[in-house]
Order: sequence, then C-alpha cells, then structure tokens
Amino acid sequence: MDTRRVSSAVPRVRQVGFFTPNTPAHQPAPTRSQSGPPTSDSPPLSDSPASNSLSPVMIPPPRHLSDNLGGRAYALPVPGRGNAGEHATVGSYNPSESVLWLESPPRSRIGDEELSEGTESSLGWYRRSNSAKVASSLPSGGFDLSQVKQPESVAAVEAKNPLPEKSEAQKEQASNPKSLKAKTTKAERRALQESQRAAKAASKAEANKSNAPGGAASSKPMKQPPQKKDGPPVASSVAASERGVDRPVEKERKKDLPPPRMQFDDESRVDKAKRRSLLNQPEARNRVELFRHLPPHKNGSQLPYLESKFFELHEMHPSVYKVGLQYLTGDTSGGNARCIAMLQAFQEAIRDYSTPPEKTLNRDLTSKIGGFVSFLIECRPLSMSMGNAIRFLKSRIARLPLTLSESEAKAALCSDIDRFINEKIVLADKVILRHAATKIRDGDVLLTYGSSCVVEMILLYAHEIGKQFRVVVVDSRPMLEGQKQLRRLVAKGLSCTYTQLNAISYVMHEVTRVFLGASSIFSNGTVYSRVGTASVAMVAHAFHVPVLVCCEAYKFHERVQLDSICFNELGDPDAVSKVPGREDVNYLDNLTDKQKENLQLLNLKYDATPSDYISVIVTDYGMIPPTSVPVIVREYRKEYLLI
Amino acid sequence: MWWRSASFILDRQQEQNANVPPNPESLLHSSPPSSMADSLQNPKPNVSAYYQTRAAHHAVVTSDWLAQAQAAVSIQTEDDSSGSDGRIAPVTGGKGDDKAFSVIDEFNSWRKQPDLAEAVAAIRALAAVIRASQATTMMELEIELKKASDSLKAWDTTSISLTAGCDLFMRYVTRTSALEYEDFNSARSRLIERAEKFGEISCKARRIIAMLCQDFIFDGCTILVHGFSRVVFEVLKTAAQNKKHFRVFCSEGRPDRTGLRLSNELAKLDVPVKLLIDSAVAYTMDEVDMVFVGADGIVESGGIINMMGTYQIALVSHSMNKPVYVAAESYKFARLYPLDQKDLGPALRTIDFGVPIPSKVEVEKSARDYTPPQYLTLLFTDLGVLTPSVVSDELIQLYL
Repeated sequence: MDTRRVSSAVPRVRQVGFFTPNTPAHQPAPTRSQSGPPTSDSPPLSDSPASNSLSPVMIPPPRHLSDNLGGRAYALPVPGRGNAGEHATVGSYNPSESVLWLESPPRSRIGDEELSEGTESSLGWYRRSNSAKVASSLPSGGFDLSQVKQPESVAAVEAKNPLPEKSEAQKEQASNPKSLKAKTTKAERRALQESQRAAKAASKAEANKSNAPGGAASSKPMKQPPQKKDGPPVASSVAASERGVDRPVEKERKKDLPPPRMQFDDESRVDKAKRRSLLNQPEARNRVELFRHLPPHKNGSQLPYLESKFFELHEMHPSVYKVGLQYLTGDTSGGNARCIAMLQAFQEAIRDYSTPPEKTLNRDLTSKIGGFVSFLIECRPLSMSMGNAIRFLKSRIARLPLTLSESEAKAALCSDIDRFINEKIVLADKVILRHAATKIRDGDVLLTYGSSCVVEMILLYAHEIGKQFRVVVVDSRPMLEGQKQLRRLVAKGLSCTYTQLNAISYVMHEVTRVFLGASSIFSNGTVYSRVGTASVAMVAHAFHVPVLVCCEAYKFHERVQLDSICFNELGDPDAVSKVPGREDVNYLDNLTDKQKENLQLLNLKYDATPSDYISVIVTDYGMIPPTSVPVIVREYRKEYLLI
Repeated sequence: MWWRSASFILDRQQEQNANVPPNPESLLHSSPPSSMADSLQNPKPNVSAYYQTRAAHHAVVTSDWLAQAQAAVSIQTEDDSSGSDGRIAPVTGGKGDDKAFSVIDEFNSWRKQPDLAEAVAAIRALAAVIRASQATTMMELEIELKKASDSLKAWDTTSISLTAGCDLFMRYVTRTSALEYEDFNSARSRLIERAEKFGEISCKARRIIAMLCQDFIFDGCTILVHGFSRVVFEVLKTAAQNKKHFRVFCSEGRPDRTGLRLSNELAKLDVPVKLLIDSAVAYTMDEVDMVFVGADGIVESGGIINMMGTYQIALVSHSMNKPVYVAAESYKFARLYPLDQKDLGPALRTIDFGVPIPSKVEVEKSARDYTPPQYLTLLFTDLGVLTPSVVSDELIQLYL
C-alpha cells in the first residue's frame, strides 16, 4: 500500500460484520491503483452470496451522519456496491468524475433503503418519489418502477457497464485520478446526458400522468405522488436548462439522505399530505415544540367520516379497511396483535387479488400492498414489528419466480404469511415462555408494567407449571392497559398487586424480577416500548433488580436510536388532561381559547430504555445480553427475508 | 439446542426433586436440594463434586483432606475405577443403567488427573461411550451420546465446564458427522479421534492464552491473583520465563487454600509472591496494577462463575479502577444466564473452620460466585482477547 495515498483517501470504508464502524480497515485508494483483487486482506463476507466477485466487503462510508441508520450490511448484496465504494473516494471532491459515477451509487443506496427502511412510516410518501428517481437515471427511462426489486436489478445491469472500463483505467492510469478524468470520454458523457434527458422527460410524463385524476398506473386516491418530496423532480426541471456539473452533485447528496420520514413540522409537506389524506388532519396548533415533527394523533371520532368514504376507496380491500379502522379506534393494539391482523388482512387481499391485464403479479401486487400500507399508516403509524413483516412480505413477492402461475403464486404467498405468523410470532412466544420460566423461582415477586401479551403468557405459564410467585402489575394513566391484563391474571388465580407508576420506588423493594415487553429493540440494545417502561427499568436498576425484556426476534430492528424524541408516536392529547369518571378533577375542562393557547399537552406513546438498565433480553433465540442484538439481526435477518 | 442447555436441565431436575422428594435418584445426584431454605436448615453433606475435585487437585493438604485421600487410595488399590469421593458406588448401583454407569465412571477416572480439564474429561468419557456403543447408525449413536451426556450433566450440575464440554461435543457430533461421511464407521472413528485431540487442544489453548496475556504484563507491575487456576499459572509462568519483572499477590482462597499452592509454585519460579488473607484484598488494592483470575465457567452475559471471592475482588478493583482480566479457555463458555448470585444452582462444599461450629449456626457453604460482566475488563481466551459482550456473540454462532 502506498502510504502517501492514505492521507489523501478521505472517506473511511466500513466493513461488514463486527468491526468498529470507523476503522479504516481497508483504504479505498489501492483499489484504484491495483489491478489485482482489491480486498484480499479484508475478511470474507460470510453472509453475502458469492455471486459478487468484486469485494462486497466494502461499503461506502456514511456521508451523512444519519446515513448508517439502516443496516446496510445485510440489507442486500447489491452488485453495484463495489462501485459505490469507489465512488466515495472521488465523488464529492471531483465533480466531473462524479458525473461519471452519477448513476450507480445512489441506486444501490436506493435499493438498500427500499428494503431496510422502506416499510417504515414514510413508505407511502416516499416510495413514489423513489420510483421517479430511479427512472430519472435510467437510459431508457420508460418503464414504471415502483418495485422493491427494481433497484437491485438495475444496479446489476449497471454494474456490468462501468466496471470493466474502470479496471482498464486502473491498469493504465495507476495512481493518477486526473488522467482518469480525461479517460471518461466524450462519448460516455454524452450518453449520460442523453440518459438524463430521457429520464427527465419520463419523470415529467409520470408527473402529468399522476396528476390526472385516477391515473392509470397506481390510482390510489390518497397517495398522490409527492413529486417534490425530496427534490429531484424540481431539481431536474431546473437542471434541464443549465446542466452544470455541480448540479448533479447536489442532487446526489439529496438522494443520499436517509429516506424521508414525514416530518410534520414542515408546513409545505404537511399541506400536501393533508390534501391527499383520507382523514382530516387535526390542527397542529398546540403541540409541544419538541414533538411537532411527529404525526398528530387521529382519534376515533374520524371513524364515521372514514366510513362514509368507503365506497370512494374502490382500490382498498375490505379486510384491510377493517383492520385500518380497528387501528384507528384502538380496538386492535399491541405489536403482535396489530402485526397478525395486518398480515391476515393482506392474506385475504392476496387471495382476492387478480393480476390486471398487461401487468405482472410481482410488480402490481407490491404496489398494491404499498397502497394498503400507506392506508394503514394513515390510520395509525406502523410499529416496528409491522414494518419488519411488510418487509418480509415484499421480499417474498419480489422473489416469486416468474414461472409460477397466478394461483400458485398467491397460494405460495398465503402460506408464507401463515408461516411467518406461526414461526416468528406464535412459536417464538412459546420458546420465550420456556426460557423465561426458568428464571422464575419459588417465592419470587415479579413486576410487570402495562400490558404485554408475552409477559402475560409467561406469568400464566409459570403459574401453570406450579411455580409459586406473586405479581405486581404497575400501570399508568392514560392508557391503563394493565387493568385488562390484571383481570385475566386474577381470573387464573395468580396473586397480584396493582399499583400506579408513581409508587414504583416504594414497591420495588420487594420485587425480585422485572418482566417487560417491548415494541422493538434497536441494535444498540435500546428497548423501544410503552411510555413509562424506561422509568420502571431505571428504578429497577437502581434497586439492583434484574430487568428481563421479553421480545420476539422479528421485532428487532437494525436502526440505532438514542432518545425517544426523533421517532415516537403521539397519543390523544386530551386523554392527558381529562380524567374519565372523575367529575371533581375538571380543572382543565373549560378553558377559554386564550388560556388554551398557553397550554400544550403531550401524550407520548413510547419511550426508549437505554441498554444499561436491561439485564437480559429473552428472545426466541435464547437469552441474550442487549449487546448481542446486532448479532441476531445480522445472523437472522437474511433468514427471514428468505425464510 | 436450548432445551438441553444447562439451565433447563437444572430446572427440570428441580421440578423432579420437588415432585418426588424421597426419590433415590435425587440422593445419588450431587444435585442441589430442592430449595435454598431447605439446605440452609439442615446442612446435609450434599457437596459439589466439582469443587471437591478441584480442592483435591489444587489445595494445600489439610488433615481433613488427607484422611479422605487416604481412604480414596485404599479404595483405589482395590478398584481402580472408583473415585476418591466414595459416592460413586451408590451412583453406579442406583442407576442400574449400563450406559450411565460407564460414562460417569469413565468421567470420574479421567477427572482424577490433575492436569486434565473437566471438559476434556467429559469429552473423553463421551468418546468412551462411542467406543463402547453397539450402534450401527449415526442416529442411534447420537441418541446414545445424548443420553450419556445428559446423565453426565445431571450427575454433577455444579460443574459448568462439564456441561459446556458435553454440549460442545454434542454440537460437533450433530453438526458434522452425518453430513460429511456417508460411511458410519469412518464417521465414528473420526469422532473418537476428535475427542482424543481435544485434550491437546485444551493444552494448546492454555499456551495461546499465556501468549496473549504477555502484552498486558509489563515490567514492574503487581498482579493480584485469586485461587489456583491452571491458565493463570501458565500465564504467570510464561511471563516469568520471558524475564518479566513482576510481583504477584496471592489471596489465600479459603476454604481450599488454593492460593497457598499457587504461591508455592510461583516461589519455585523465583517470582516475588506475597500471600494475603482473603479479607486483605481491599487493603492491598492500591498497590495492585491488575487482577488476574481464572474461571470455572464463562456465561452468556459475559460474566464469569468462579471460586468464591472473585466477585468481591472484582467489585473492589472496579471501584478503584484496576483492570480485571479473566484467563479461560473457550470450552468454558456455557449457555447459562445467571441474573444474580442465587440464580445458579447452589454448589455446596464443606468448610473447615478449625473449631466446632454450634449446631444453631448456619454456614454459607456455596463454593462459587457470579461476577457480572460490567466488572470485568477483558477475557483472554484461545479465540483471542475478548470483551465480555463478545462471549454471547460467540455462543450464538456456536449454538444457534
């Protein structure tokens, strides 16, 4: 290795696997100057298929801090990744070269994001703009791309093109990037411009198409394409006239941004979202400053309105519609229940699905599911578990062999969904029961917070196998979910104590184990769960009581989150101020408008518990410390995408 | 795999014991009594075979132990295969099962060799099962092995490396054999060969660990050592051979007084040694540069289970910001996850106070404690120098 180049090679290359993200394990520069196999000394990537001869080990460094949120490492072995790595060495510093590599890197990123982050809350909004992006950089620019699979295949095609020519360049111009720039021949640049022009035309055409009422391709009424979501079309219309070299760089930067999650403090976007929204967005006036970016709560009072709209939503499958309404009113709640309900609704929708003429099942069904998902998001933001399940379903659809007939494909998908529910939720719960029960001894006092179906099952199971223990159910306003659970526990003959969160430090003295459920667990071990969980865990930690978090592995997420601010869900703000059934507590009831302006109500639904306060995570792969969550994510993510 | 992990077996056994208290089997096992309260009230001579053996190997000779050893020798002259602790006869008689008989017997005969690790003894015993087995198919052999390893694990639940060794070998059998060899006999001989090799691997592991540790021992440092660990001794020996100048503080390691033996051995190597009573650890800690301990088992949380007293040493050194290094072979990794000290089945041993103890006085007899990972700095294993959190990653890759 040439040491002089090390300093000039600015970006750091991240390795797959368990390496500290910032170690410059392999400098990218030599891959330029060497013509041999570039990454012979970097560890082999065990979990990517060997199809990629060009070092899948190297991944472009995160240019933006938030860029590595999605676990690139296992999302998808995109063949274009080698490019992306190389691109990173030059892209942002040498504009003309960045023109050369304009196409591939963002695309591989898109591919990743589509898979890793795509099913999150913003899916409905950004998916469309994404398709425009992909189209804009395709030479032919013709076909409608809103597929999960697309970016991958495009990248695959793309990978073939630049690479040979590049290795040639490598051989000839060993360590001289300047002359490499000269190497990018006029012809190539012209071709590139041509393709961009074509793409622009395509995206414009698409914009027109979708602005027309009931557009042909995807006529979900509420999902009007947010063309200006993250820039590209705007930029392109401008760039059409002045096609400077800086322009694409800018544009590309934008593309590199993490998938835009809808930020509800951005007024222009909110306006747009409102226009295409099914529901009336509640006024966002008196929301707490720090949490304005979160989607405002939609309460069940919109139900009649939504019901009246039923016949306008001819695209929506009734079962999906039903599930959406249940989310809206809160009839179905809890991570597992919501996930199962959603999957079963999708199953029914798939059964009733028939491919429209001149379309393929893979693509049409994916977009259809995308429409369903964005409807569900309208009703209530997705949970992590649902995001993972949707990701699973989409990857299944994308992987369906084209040779299958429609009925076969549908049957395969339905059985896949069944298997997911069975293996990842039902069976996983059973295994968790067995594991957790070993940690309950006679004479224990177990504390649980709120209502978690896994924890409830554990308590019942332990009681069933004859362990002698007492349960303390801690609950909190305004949800008071614990009461429902308490009722079931008492009915089964468990001896219970019920108390509010305020009394936690008093009651913690006698507790020997704390069992908590989780909505999701992030790869830094942070547990994302019902609001109040963090305080329970912290108090337990202070009292040296072990905290067991019970969570199925399908809820693990590769994101890293440090606080509960940037991603959360808002509940009904009025629920905080009003105490039902207590006429005497009405101090906040009849406020004048002026008084109301000074009052901001905050009802958060989730919080993040740092991993320091958690002793063990009980999951279907056994009992693991919170530090091992990324191992599970890495080892088994692939498995359940492939299942 | 999880249902055969140690915690499950422990659990199941406790259930069994609870259900049928006068079951003759429960007496045969050196298993813990059904509940803690029970054991505290009537201190039965229910001792951990593992810690008994360790004491026999490493402790300075006490009069009590001498008597035991003499008895053992006299038995040994009659029958070579029976063990020193006299409890084997009832085990073999009570089981009435040929397979269990031979395995446990075999294991005990291996275990008596002081240089042989528990896990190696377990694996050699399992190899003996393969040799003796009449099985003609891989499945049969596997089932037989499983039975044997389960009975071994049940026989001494207090020995973590026994459990881990059994699990490891079973893992090897299930993972490789049937897939690679279509011929049953070659697969079988391959397994036996592997088991034989394991002894060498264990010795090699110690050398690897000793080499890894050398970078951490610097000239003029003071090392606090607790108990007698073969690996730690190897580490110190290698350091002494490498002409490093260091000082060792040995805690006494009551009740086995294993520290006395270590100081003895180190003095032979001309290493300056100071002997401390166990309660002087905090007093001397400000002079200490690092703490070296071995481990009976490394659990999934990254913590270690070791001889009584390790936890308090770790606590003291953590509060004084001294690094705590653990030297242990990777076959001591166990799929256990203790949440607190009492979460493990008790491993009891007799304690000689020198004076008669009034019958009303309870004696804490536990032989081991659990040190949580946050008090450990690094683990030196033959897989490399690991932080505590990597243990679980390794275990996940090994067993799932």
